[in-house]
Amino acid sequence: MSAVVDDSHIHEHHGPAKGLGRWLFTTNHKDIGSMYLWFSFTMFLLGGTMAMVIRAELFQPGLQLVDPNFFNQMTTMHGLIMIFGAVMPAFVGLANWMLPMMIGAPDMALPRMNNWSFWILPFAFLLLLSTLFMEGGAPNFGWTAYAPLSTTYGPPSTIFFILSVHMMGVSSIMGAINVIATVLNMRAPGMTLMKMPMFAWAWLITAFLLIAVMPVLAGAITMLLMDTRFGTSFFNAAGGGDPVMYQHIFWFFGHPEVYIMILPAFGIVSHVIPTFARKKLFGYTSMVYAIGSIAFLSFLVWAHHMFTVGMPLAGELFFMYATMLIAVPTGVKVFNWITTMFRGALTFETPMLFACAFVILFSIGGFSGLMLAIAPADFQYHDSYFVVAHFHYVLVPGAVFSIFAAVYYWLPKWTGHMYDEALGKTHFWLSFIGVNLTFFPMHFVGLAGMPRRIPDYALQFADFNQVASIGAFLFGASQFLFLILLIKCVRAGRRASAQVWEGADGLEWTLPSPAPYHTFTTPPKVV
Amino acid sequence: MLSRRRLGTSVPLLCLLLHPAAAMAAWEVNMPRGVTDVSQDIYSLHMTIFWICVVIAVIVFGVMLWSILFHRKSQGAKPSNFHEHTTIEIVWTLIPFAILIAMAIPATATLVEMYDTSDSDVDIKVTGYQWKWRYDYLNEEFGFLSTLTTPQDAIYNQLEKTPEYLLEVDEPMVVPINKKIRFLFTANDVIHSWWVPELAVKKDAIPGFINEAWTRINEPGIYRGQCAELCGKDHAFMPVVVKAVPEEEYEIWVAERQQKAREEYELRNKEWTLEELMARGEKVYGTSCASCHMPDGNGLPPAFPALRGSAIVTQDMPRHIDIVLNGVPGTAMQAFRDQLGEIDLAAVITYERNAWGNETGEIVTPLQIMETMEQ
Repeated sequence: MSAVVDDSHIHEHHGPAKGLGRWLFTTNHKDIGSMYLWFSFTMFLLGGTMAMVIRAELFQPGLQLVDPNFFNQMTTMHGLIMIFGAVMPAFVGLANWMLPMMIGAPDMALPRMNNWSFWILPFAFLLLLSTLFMEGGAPNFGWTAYAPLSTTYGPPSTIFFILSVHMMGVSSIMGAINVIATVLNMRAPGMTLMKMPMFAWAWLITAFLLIAVMPVLAGAITMLLMDTRFGTSFFNAAGGGDPVMYQHIFWFFGHPEVYIMILPAFGIVSHVIPTFARKKLFGYTSMVYAIGSIAFLSFLVWAHHMFTVGMPLAGELFFMYATMLIAVPTGVKVFNWITTMFRGALTFETPMLFACAFVILFSIGGFSGLMLAIAPADFQYHDSYFVVAHFHYVLVPGAVFSIFAAVYYWLPKWTGHMYDEALGKTHFWLSFIGVNLTFFPMHFVGLAGMPRRIPDYALQFADFNQVASIGAFLFGASQFLFLILLIKCVRAGRRASAQVWEGADGLEWTLPSPAPYHTFTTPPKVV
Repeated sequence: MLSRRRLGTSVPLLCLLLHPAAAMAAWEVNMPRGVTDVSQDIYSLHMTIFWICVVIAVIVFGVMLWSILFHRKSQGAKPSNFHEHTTIEIVWTLIPFAILIAMAIPATATLVEMYDTSDSDVDIKVTGYQWKWRYDYLNEEFGFLSTLTTPQDAIYNQLEKTPEYLLEVDEPMVVPINKKIRFLFTANDVIHSWWVPELAVKKDAIPGFINEAWTRINEPGIYRGQCAELCGKDHAFMPVVVKAVPEEEYEIWVAERQQKAREEYELRNKEWTLEELMARGEKVYGTSCASCHMPDGNGLPPAFPALRGSAIVTQDMPRHIDIVLNGVPGTAMQAFRDQLGEIDLAAVITYERNAWGNETGEIVTPLQIMETMEQ
């Protein structure tokens, strides 16, 4: 779309609509981005509360607070809410806000579909959360919902869980279509793909992953529905089916899903580090190829979640090799970030703190992932707290820290105000200490033999569990600092310039802060 | 000089140090080396990949730390201009790739070894149930259930927790050392997973399917593990205990169990009194029914109905027997005909019909159960 019609003067006199209607009917990517982000933060606090219940019960051996069935509901809902309600919507919100501005487009390609993509989510999560109050309780079979625990032995609310996940899937798929259409069609003249910002590359590739695998999840959960309500036997051996097939189908979705949750993070970090190092990203081309390789390989490794299921040797070996291979492009990315920092002129404002912590702590998560890839060793790690430690390292100081970095980085552009730097740094340090206290000891108890998804444990695991619980309470409490900081910044703060950060580079930093309601109604020229 | 306060903190600390096993176990940071050749191979693989990761981390984070310390703007650093270098990209792609190949070779060898279940000396079928294990010694023709014995009161903090808290069972699996033990895994209801860290054996137990694994234990001892796949509300409460003994001791144990199985078989025909059935039934109820229907028979409605005062339990005996034997499809009530022998089935039904004030005075005999099962 390169028709250059200068109609910017028309929009100067129209601000956003007033009242509730503004938010219900908006097609503006900035409004929709804000809604996604506030929704995601709310879900983060909700899922976090469930984590607090879990860690409170695990503070000591014995059952003190909840019964085992409710505990299983907490672990299940905590996972579902964090993955589908917090991390994914946050990245979509960031995409909505930033992609059009980064590529010089006036909005997303399909603004009305964009509105619907968002508004599905509050309904989907209302439905999911309402299962907590239904007879039989919420889903209690883990977010992975393995059959036949989730079919023959699941609670009546399972059908609502299935419907709500379907809705989330529709939202994600539509959002992904929007991203691809926007990035491929609406870049400003002169912005070739290989001149595109890294966040745009990261999201372009993530969007393809979403379109490829969300339908697979939909298939898997529909088969669960069929088995529970329509008398089929997809996953029931007595009827000629196979419980392990569920796992194959689920993880064919599930593995790309975790890359869906980390590729946008890689994109963010590739913006923040160059800005605060005052140095261009090292190895742009390699970084693009690395993201592409990771995405491609992510389709070939799903059964590493199933090493103990009784796969034939050839299959087990293949998945071990393919999984180990992903370490290569991921390592390349880490090396490139560090080389970007090397011989830069570094300052450590809050976004940079979170980005540096990401590099270190995500890498630690990556290392435990490499250990998990070694299939014979995985027989000791699988379904233990070692796995819990691994995925929380890549997701919390990984994905979540990148989201914090992004919010701190772009808040001045969104609001026109600098956030309170002292409060931001405090939030960072408390979170940093909190996540490490919480998740590092989990490596130890996992190696020592503690299984996952248990509300009570043998005595030799007590001490580290206590440390983990204290860390969790600290991390949880620190997020209220972030909430305070956000509210403060939206309302007031030191005036932010267009540039905001000395080392920032890109079309979004040519716009005023706060960015006007409509931007780039005329495409900019990119050299 | 020890002040009162210092004494207060140092005495418990000293006690902890005097109990080295307890102190060490509490802060255990690593996987056990284990007592089999395979477990030690796995331990080596684990430590190798761990040290590789540590070395890479030290180098990579070291460079980062260097930049953080010495490339700060506040210290006057001026940013350099370089932003690409094809050769270095190739180098730091190929070196990790080579390291991975080096790692994959011993890993492949160990995996191949782990898959070779041929030529076993002892074959044991392991069945996962909600929420216990069953061990059937395939060539010796006996089997038994293995259930957690930690009392509910300990779990609910009314009783002191012993060192084997949550890791103790009534009937451990007994195996000979230095012999190849082959396991066949399946499940009765949902997916479970049988895991003993010191043997480095973990395998999913999948309903309707059979998985295999093997081990050869080098040292006698008691090895404890847990279920490793979420299987419902008592997933944390179905431990695994393997007792490895010298071959002679194993043979004696096998003979005892075979004798017991024969005696049990004979006992089916005996004239059982109400008191005898109640006594046995109470034990069976405790291990097989109480976790859902509660020790007091009140259950946890609606999922787990009350047996105390229930119409089925006090009146409808055929239905009562049918439910215990065949379960209730679509619910968590399992078919206990596959889990309990005829005597235990008769005893537990008799117990339920007479306990907690139900007082029907009725008895169900093992022969009656046998007849019902044959129909």
